[in-house]
Amino acid sequence: MKGSLIILSFFATGILLGIFHLFPQGVLTYDISFYVLCALMFSVGISIGNDPASLRQFRHLNPRLVFLPLMTMAGTWLGVIVVSFFLKNSSITDCLAVGSGFGYYSLSGILITQCKGVELGTIALLSNIMREVMTLLFAPWMVRYFGPLAPVSAGGATTMDTTFPIIVRTSGKEYAIVSIYHGFIMDFSVPFLVTFFCSL
Amino acid sequence: MFIVIACMLAGILVGYLLRQRRIRFIHRIILTLIWLLLFLLGLEVGSNETVIRQFGSLGFEAFLLAFAGTLGSVLFAGLLWLVIRNKSVSE
Repeated sequence: MKGSLIILSFFATGILLGIFHLFPQGVLTYDISFYVLCALMFSVGISIGNDPASLRQFRHLNPRLVFLPLMTMAGTWLGVIVVSFFLKNSSITDCLAVGSGFGYYSLSGILITQCKGVELGTIALLSNIMREVMTLLFAPWMVRYFGPLAPVSAGGATTMDTTFPIIVRTSGKEYAIVSIYHGFIMDFSVPFLVTFFCSL
Repeated sequence: MFIVIACMLAGILVGYLLRQRRIRFIHRIILTLIWLLLFLLGLEVGSNETVIRQFGSLGFEAFLLAFAGTLGSVLFAGLLWLVIRNKSVSE
């Protein structure tokens, strides 16, 4: 929990500095976060490659884990359908489109803004940022109560980049391959699913 | 996206080549980079004025959808985990 609070405080500090423009403009224009992400992935790679036990476990991957992306989609859709009954302004298909961002906020936000307008687009952006942040913050709790696959499903399309390090830390290095496989399939599905639900 | 994956593959290779000595400080570096990345995500959200202005009105709806979607997928992942664990115990 302490670790999550530290992460949240870094996020909150970033928001505050962003609101008051208390940072050099170059930080965002030069896409520094991409390079940090690359450095992070390189470091995660070192930690995997440096541990012979984790490499051995890749070969013993359970074949049933190929169904994990389907579970992620079904679970997400069920969840947002339930919520859509309580929302007056958004239809079921609106909610399904937002949910089908699976944490890929940049792309789903842009796609939904184009198809359904800026309001639902903003909801999609915020909702999918929140999904990513929730995964980052509550991954340890998810593992404890729902097993090591839970943060992978929660991470959605982000499990091969932004939430990947936290999954490896909480679920264990032996879930690194599942996480990348899952992220790859989800990433690929987002544009198709979002435009499909927008067109309904 | 493929550059990011390539970075990790390069890291795995470097880590594997250095497997004779344990690189223990790598976990501290990973944690620090996660903090930095979240800070940068905050900067991006905070400096986007449209998002900040709408944060309250649209934020609640976004939160409900994010929460329900995450919870649903976590429950289904838990189900799959139960099936896999029971199968591998009985085999």
